[in-house]
Amino acid sequence: MSTSYLAKNVENLKPSGIRKFFDLASKMDNVISLGVGEPDFVTPWNVIEASYHSLEKGYTAYTANAGLMELREAISDYLNKTFSISYEPESQVLVTVGASQAIDLALRAVVDPEDEVLIVEPCFVSYGPAISLAGGIPVPISAQAKNEFKITPEQIEEAVTEKTKAIVLCSPNNPTGTVLNQSELEEVSSVICKHDLLVISDEIYAELSYDDQAASIASINGMTDRTVVISGFSKSFAMTGWRLGYAVGPTDIIRAMTKIHQYTMMCAPTMAQHGALEALRNGNDSVMEMKTSYRQRRNLVVKALNEMGLSCHLPGGAFYVFPSIRETGLSSETFAQKLLEEEGVAVVPGHVFGESGEGYIRCSYATSIKQLDEAMKRMNRFVEKHT
Amino acid sequence: MEQKEIELLKLLEKNGRLDTVTISKMIDISPEEVEQMIAKLEKENAILGYSTLVDWSNVYEYEGVAALIDVKVTPVRGVGFDKIASRIYRFPEVKAVYLMSGSYDLSVSVEGRTMMEVSRFVSEKLSTLDTVISTTTHFILKKYKHDGIIFDEDNDDDKRIMVTP
Repeated sequence: MSTSYLAKNVENLKPSGIRKFFDLASKMDNVISLGVGEPDFVTPWNVIEASYHSLEKGYTAYTANAGLMELREAISDYLNKTFSISYEPESQVLVTVGASQAIDLALRAVVDPEDEVLIVEPCFVSYGPAISLAGGIPVPISAQAKNEFKITPEQIEEAVTEKTKAIVLCSPNNPTGTVLNQSELEEVSSVICKHDLLVISDEIYAELSYDDQAASIASINGMTDRTVVISGFSKSFAMTGWRLGYAVGPTDIIRAMTKIHQYTMMCAPTMAQHGALEALRNGNDSVMEMKTSYRQRRNLVVKALNEMGLSCHLPGGAFYVFPSIRETGLSSETFAQKLLEEEGVAVVPGHVFGESGEGYIRCSYATSIKQLDEAMKRMNRFVEKHT
Repeated sequence: MEQKEIELLKLLEKNGRLDTVTISKMIDISPEEVEQMIAKLEKENAILGYSTLVDWSNVYEYEGVAALIDVKVTPVRGVGFDKIASRIYRFPEVKAVYLMSGSYDLSVSVEGRTMMEVSRFVSEKLSTLDTVISTTTHFILKKYKHDGIIFDEDNDDDKRIMVTP
């Protein structure tokens, strides 16, 4: 028997439940996918053009570890203008390879072995594994459907132990689309302050909020010094493939993150940074246009799902709806699998985002109206058959 | 209500075939209200018609040519350019007429079956009009983009992978 060279903590990681559906869906024809966690728009042309131009000009070398100074300044200005939070471009802004890298860096910068980090499920599939890889212990809290999947201060209170160091929050949320409003953020913040926790706040969908502008938890009184805000260009500017994100936060943490980044990544891709700079300078109109389109599609899908008996709340942001499939009596997994096999519609079963996602599915509405209309027809037929 | 009307117009401008029920869900009003709103906008001449953008180069054995013609004219006291413009835009082969700033006055878009047909229209109908001083005809060789739609591109091609977190 040959020796396994794999590290224990990697071997112990469960593969993502999303993979299975990807494999299934890719083998079939005529599938409408509501399983895609990224915009259906192509990056705005001015951004692509700016990146071309930077290449033509010969900007093909490394940038500073923390990213182009101009870009860090633009990020700082943007955050200040949009969320009233202010960060020094020199020491409190780090440009990363996607928000995903920023999350990894933040966790590795603060987690000691056996530290507990709270995550609010249902949530993005990477938080738990990233905490484990950093040597910490992910402690899930189940946000409840009856609260529109909003975390409550009491739930945090219950989950906190003396080993708890940090909490990962994500609003607007993937997969539920839920947005915590100002007063909800304040309530949550008071427990966080009481227990002296750090917040890693994934705000990648913040620009994509459709009713009120989503607030940043870092703007709440007393939170700036205990919050690392993670965001990026992927969702709002339709730049997922560019892999460009950023983190802002207290100087010591950003410095520690930059140290890891410097040894393991050097810097984010230079051409992508030039594109991102153009996105922040001249991309607002494109963002507004995409937002309008997402809002209309959200309205369409939420109405259609509720009409067919899959009840869901009107999510305030991101591009996901998270309807209940309990009426059908099927598990999330069975529902998603049968829906794919019988009607050729791919959705993601809720349980892959955490236990409290069982009984729900995630539908992404970042797909053309024509496809959405057809998907809703097929789902309606499916639900009628199974109830 | 104003805001919803603009939203409705923008949706229809992009896709005239979007059905009432879909629109009603998208902009969060009832299907009846959508119908009423469309009727009102048609009455107010905000909506003038519903057309389909055709890329004729993809239609088998269809022959056709289009030209843009710069026209210089002498404006007439009292009616300016309007009278001559109306003489021009009534010809069915004329698809668009604009009054322009710059070195000529009217920009006229003409379509015909052959170059000969368009040439004949220019020499026999257009340049012989009383107040027309000169015409410069530019034949369109290839359409890349029209009314915001890029031709020759597979617009439905989704390059994303099927399921992602």
